Amino acid sequence: MQSFDPRVRRLNPEPPPEPVEEGLPSWPAFEVFHQEKRGARHEHVGSLHAPNPEMALVFAKEQFGRRKKCVSIWVVPSDRILASAEQDEDMFANNLDKTYRDASGFRVMEKINRIRREQGNNQTGSKPK
Amino acid sequence: MDEALNTGLAGLITRMADDELVLGHRNSEWTGLGPILEEDIAFSSMAQDKIGHALALYQVLERELGGTDPDHFAFFRDAGQYQCCHFVEYPNREYDFSLMRHFLFDAAETVRFASLEESTFQPFRQLARKFRGELKYHMMHARAWIHQLGHGGEAARERMQSCLSSCFGSSLGIFEEGIGDDTLISSGIFPGEKALREKWLELVEPLLEAAAFQMPSVAETGPDTGGRTGIHTSFLQPLLDEMREVFRMDPAASW
Repeated sequence: MQSFDPRVRRLNPEPPPEPVEEGLPSWPAFEVFHQEKRGARHEHVGSLHAPNPEMALVFAKEQFGRRKKCVSIWVVPSDRILASAEQDEDMFANNLDKTYRDASGFRVMEKINRIRREQGNNQTGSKPK
Repeated sequence: MDEALNTGLAGLITRMADDELVLGHRNSEWTGLGPILEEDIAFSSMAQDKIGHALALYQVLERELGGTDPDHFAFFRDAGQYQCCHFVEYPNREYDFSLMRHFLFDAAETVRFASLEESTFQPFRQLARKFRGELKYHMMHARAWIHQLGHGGEAARERMQSCLSSCFGSSLGIFEEGIGDDTLISSGIFPGEKALREKWLELVEPLLEAAAFQMPSVAETGPDTGGRTGIHTSFLQPLLDEMREVFRMDPAASW
């Protein structure tokens, strides 16, 4: 199946996967992401070892996709992830103080409820006798 | 349904289910001993799927054809009453053999259940739809390994080729015909073992050749038959003894 998202390569079950790269000291690690339902975001669920991306996907299906609801899996070579350093944890330290950055201050629900009420009233009002 | 049709159908279901049960047990013998953790999990999980397929088929037998309770049927027959083919009975050797058997058997299962999606027997259509996704994964797993090892260097290629050459004749025994098959074919219940074997060859041949393996000749190897009429290898009885040991200690126990 051709992916709608051009950034994602999809495993087509038809052509078999590429062969293993020989001469590696051990199999590389892959991070696994699963999606619980279509449209939901893929969430990180763990990592595994595999000789190449295709085999990683084959292993990931049973290791991470056999119990909970799952509709799709991504595998990403772990060495392609760039992570912030542990000692830079302090960059995020004051996040909890900056509540003015939260969206929670907006009273959207009140507005929505008011509009709903109004529409409800209109509908009853316009009912034919 | 008439008597002949019922007998034929019960035979077909029994041999399909017995294959799944016995190979499921064989493959589960790798649990905890697989070559790497990831593969151990995948192979064990697929072995469980096979036992699940066996149970579903035994349940059809019980529900539709007046068979006995599935647990009892699976665990209390004498070896001569099992109808599995010899191919699934052979003990595991090295992992190469189990992978090749997994590839050849699951390809056969794939074409069999694909054909049952059009069966006139409604429970077959239902099971075929239910197993479709599982079998898709089993084949994806099997063909990935076949391809990897076919191109994974001389040692791997030679070992897999030698397994293919030595077990191909035995795998043809999957397609040993049952007594009532003609009636089943004419009533559209299944296409028959000959037709399934042709479809199976069409599936496995290109995959094995793409993985650089040489197909053994069907004419030369000949099938390894007898299982469908209750004639088994000496490996079945010890397998049954081990598989049923715990269940038979207290058959009335609830699990």
